[in-house]
Order: sequence, then C-alpha cells, then structure tokens
Amino acid sequence: MEYYLQVLTLAGINLMVVLGLGLLTGFTGLFSFGHAGFMCIGAYTSAILTVTLKVPFVVALIASGLVAGAISLLLGRLTLKLKGDYFLIATLGFGESVRLIFDNIEPLGGARGFSGIEKNSNFISVWLVCIIGIFFLIRLMNSRYGRNFKAIREEELASATIGIDVFKTKLLSLFISAIYAGIGGSLYAHYMTFIKPTNFQLIKSTEFTIMAIIGGLGSITGSVIGALLLTVLPELLRFVADWRMVIYGAAVVILIIVRPKGIAGGKEFKDFFFIVWIRRLFNKIFTKEDPGNGGKL
Amino acid sequence: MDQFLQQLINGVSIGSIYALMAVGYSLVYSIMNFSNFAHGGVIMLSAYMGYFAIVLLKVSFGGALLLATLGATLIAVLIERIAYRPLRKRSAPTLYFIISAMGMSILLENLVIATIGPQFKTYPIIFAESTIQLGNLSISKMDIFMLIIAAVALVGLVFFLNKTRTGIAVRAATYNARASQLMGVNVDRIVSIVFALGGALAGIAGVFFGIRYTVYAQAGIITNKAFVAAVFGGLGSLPGAIVGSILLGIIETFVAAWRSQLRDLTTFAILIAVLVFKPTGLMGKNTEDKA
Repeated sequence: MEYYLQVLTLAGINLMVVLGLGLLTGFTGLFSFGHAGFMCIGAYTSAILTVTLKVPFVVALIASGLVAGAISLLLGRLTLKLKGDYFLIATLGFGESVRLIFDNIEPLGGARGFSGIEKNSNFISVWLVCIIGIFFLIRLMNSRYGRNFKAIREEELASATIGIDVFKTKLLSLFISAIYAGIGGSLYAHYMTFIKPTNFQLIKSTEFTIMAIIGGLGSITGSVIGALLLTVLPELLRFVADWRMVIYGAAVVILIIVRPKGIAGGKEFKDFFFIVWIRRLFNKIFTKEDPGNGGKL
Repeated sequence: MDQFLQQLINGVSIGSIYALMAVGYSLVYSIMNFSNFAHGGVIMLSAYMGYFAIVLLKVSFGGALLLATLGATLIAVLIERIAYRPLRKRSAPTLYFIISAMGMSILLENLVIATIGPQFKTYPIIFAESTIQLGNLSISKMDIFMLIIAAVALVGLVFFLNKTRTGIAVRAATYNARASQLMGVNVDRIVSIVFALGGALAGIAGVFFGIRYTVYAQAGIITNKAFVAAVFGGLGSLPGAIVGSILLGIIETFVAAWRSQLRDLTTFAILIAVLVFKPTGLMGKNTEDKA
C-alpha cells in the first residue's frame, strides 16, 4: 500500500509539471525542453525558504511557483520571438544552464545537493494541489485567455490580425506554465527531502514532454493520463530490470508513429465515447423532448 | 605564450571531434528540419563498437575505426528507417520527429546498459604516451592523428557534396525536397544517404571520443555539446558546423583551464546568447517562415 501511494504521489508531482507543459505545448503550440529547469528553480527556492529562512511550507510552495514564473518572464522576453525549433533549443539551453548554475553554487551544496528538507508533501497534499491546478486550468481554458492560446496554436498570423497580442499571450502561457513547474519542483523537494542538480537534467524535461504528448496534446485529461501512465509504467516493468527503460524508449517511438495524437489528443474526459453514451442515455430517460431536434416539432 | 598555444592546440583537437559530430546534426537538420537527438546514441554505440573490435576481435586500430564507422553508418540508416520514415511519409510536425529521436536515444542508451552494463570502459593505449616536442610545446601523436583523420573525413564530405552527382542531389533536396522530387530525385534514398554520411562521421567521432575520454552508456549526453556547436555555427550549414565546433572546442579548453567547473555552463550560455542575438548562428541559412 505504502508503495502504491509513493508511486501515485510521484505521478501527482509529475502531473503538476505536465499540466503546465500541456498548457504551453498542447494549447499554445510552444514546445519546451527546459521545464526541468523551472522545476529545479522551484525546488531550490522552496528548499532555501523552508530550511534556511524557516518559512511555512504553504508560503514556500506559492513563492517557488512565483519565482519560477518570474524567471520564465525573463526567458520569454529574450526567446519567445524565436521561430520554430529555435525556441525549443533555447529552452533546452535554459534548462541545462539552470542545472549547471546550481551545480556551481557552493552555499547550496553545489553538485553534492541540498539535504535536510522537511518532508511536507504526501499523497494527499500533492493531489490536493493537483486538483486545484486542474480546476484552475479548466477555468482558464474556458476563458478569453484560453481561447487566445488556442487561436495562436492554430494560426499565429491570423490571431495577430484579429487583435490578439501574440507575444504577450505566449508570455502569459509560459508564465503560468512555469508556475506549475515551480510548484511541482517544490512538491518534489519536500517529498524527496533531498535535491541535487542532476535530478533536473535534460532527460527529465524530455520525460515531461513525452508524458504530455503520449497523454494527448490539447487536452487536460490527456496530461493526467500521460503523467499517470508514464510514471506507473516503468514501475510495472520493474520485473524486467534493466530492460524497462529500453521498453519505455521503444514504447515512445511506437506510440508517436502509430498514434501521434496521443491517448486523448484534443479530447477531454467529457468527450470520451462511453461518457457521451451515458450522457445521451441520461438525456433520453430524463428529458421529455428528444434533444436531437432541439425541442422543435 | 607557450601555455596559450598548448591550449589552442588542445582546443582545436577537441573541436575537430565536435565537428565530426556536429556535421551529423547539421546534415540531418538541413534536409529534415529537425534536431536529431538520436545522433548521440549512434556516437556512443560506435565508441563501444571500436572498443570491442580492439579488445575482443583484436583487430588493429585502423580496422577498429573502419568497423565502427561501418557499424555506425548502418545503425544511423536503420534508425531513420524505423523512427523517422513513417513520420516523414505522413509529413508529421517537427516535434514528433524530435520525440521519436528522444525515444530512440533512451532506447539505445538503455539497450547498452541492459546488455553490456553501466561500467565505464577504457580503450587500451594505442600510441603509447608518445608526444612530439615543438620547442616548448608537446603535442600527443594521437591528437595529430585525430586532427588529420577528422580533416580528411570532412574534406571528403565537402568533396562528395560538391562534386558528385549524388552530392548535388543531396544539396538540391536540402534546398527544396519537394521540387527536387519532382525533378526525379529519389528523396527517400537521399535521406538514407544523409543519415549514412552523418552516421559514418559519427562512427569516427565515437572512436576518437572513446579514446580521449572513456566509453559509457550516457556518453550521448556529451554529444549535446556538438549540437550546441552546430547551432553556434548555424543549424543546417556545413561550414558553420565545422567552424562552430572548432571555436567551441577552443573556448571550452580556455574556460576549463581558467575554471574547470564553468566549462559546461559556458557552453550552454553560448547557446542561449547565440539564439538571442543571432539565432541563425554564424553562417546558418535564414529560415524566415512564410505564413
């Protein structure tokens, strides 16, 4: 039981970052290989705040999100004007730079890492934060901002023509996305109680992007499925020992070739066939008029 | 002054290995417009192939270099067939290629860990520790040898691309794949050739890399620096990749001589600086997107 809770807690921490990445990648159409960097910033911020400055965990959690967000604004200002692959490469450079900077800050432990962090995250607190995160994201996507994000994803030039400030909207998306990653990092630090820069390597950013894509881009449900599945899958494959990561890699290649939309690409939970069937059935039983013709004769 | 020259020579020698790797990234980028992150895996595998050729098969160094090059060529072509061709047939967005490449690189790295194991392997000493003395400078024979092989390979590549019929077809396809297909160029074959060329150079680079450092499964991560070099020089540009690599090699060596722990950070700082101030790199083609 303990073990399952552990895996699910880690899945929740990953989900927090993937939700943010899903907003950036799935809804705004920008790709990032640097989210481990934001996570790293969040983790260290909250470690410093709680251990050195004795700030309560909740305050540190919010602060780490905001610090990661602030850094993202800086990064965004510099790099969001880049076209195509170049933004992605810039985020890759950013993520690795962040890790290497922490590697060189001796007062924070440098490469040896930062230990002695209080264990404040558990299954309940992590998933509570996730549920708040999901709820906020659903509200956001149904707002004007959400529609602006999607418009930019679909057609940048057309969005600019109808008066959307493309740069600002992208920056907002990156900002919110980095806040999620920063909070994820804080949860991670307070779950592991020990962090070191190598926890946040490029491969970690890659894993988040893979989760978002396998789950399905442009769907919050997809992010949830992706984070859960790809955290649990390597655990289920433990019996094959060293081969599990081989299978993981192969699964990524096969899925991207066979089902590039991901598991829930562009669809939300309410759009799934069985839910739609249940809703129709529900409508048939409880409404007198047939909803098919809109109530007209 | 001697110190300076010595570091310069070391820098150029590391830079030439980067160049062999970076050219692979650039070639693929020029024709398919994506960053082939599985390239590092090919380099890592070729380092292993060279190692096993020398240790198990007891072939000479030249034989090992040849075997590793052939092996890497084959693997690179195979990767393209498995991981990229199905996507290309569907003209999938660039990111799918990158994800596929990332998956492939995870697969290759862990395949090595699962079969060979995570232990570091060290090449047997090949040229002893012999150095050539030039005044106060000492240059290892291995470095000179690497530099010569790298130069020959790169010149060979440039010759192939500029002078042969197939090379011209490759250049046509990088300029406009669709139009060259209409002109009767078999683009599938050209893509395979590009991967084969990148793989062959990766094969040489892998063996050199293994000799200079050690052979281990995560070596693919180091090759990210070659990718930075390719961006530095300008993605998609062959001379850019070479110049960028040599420059990066020199900068890295000097930074390492000053403060060794800042070496990697400098590399990525250069990457960001290049992207912010001149995203097309030193000599990259201008990729203004037309909506």
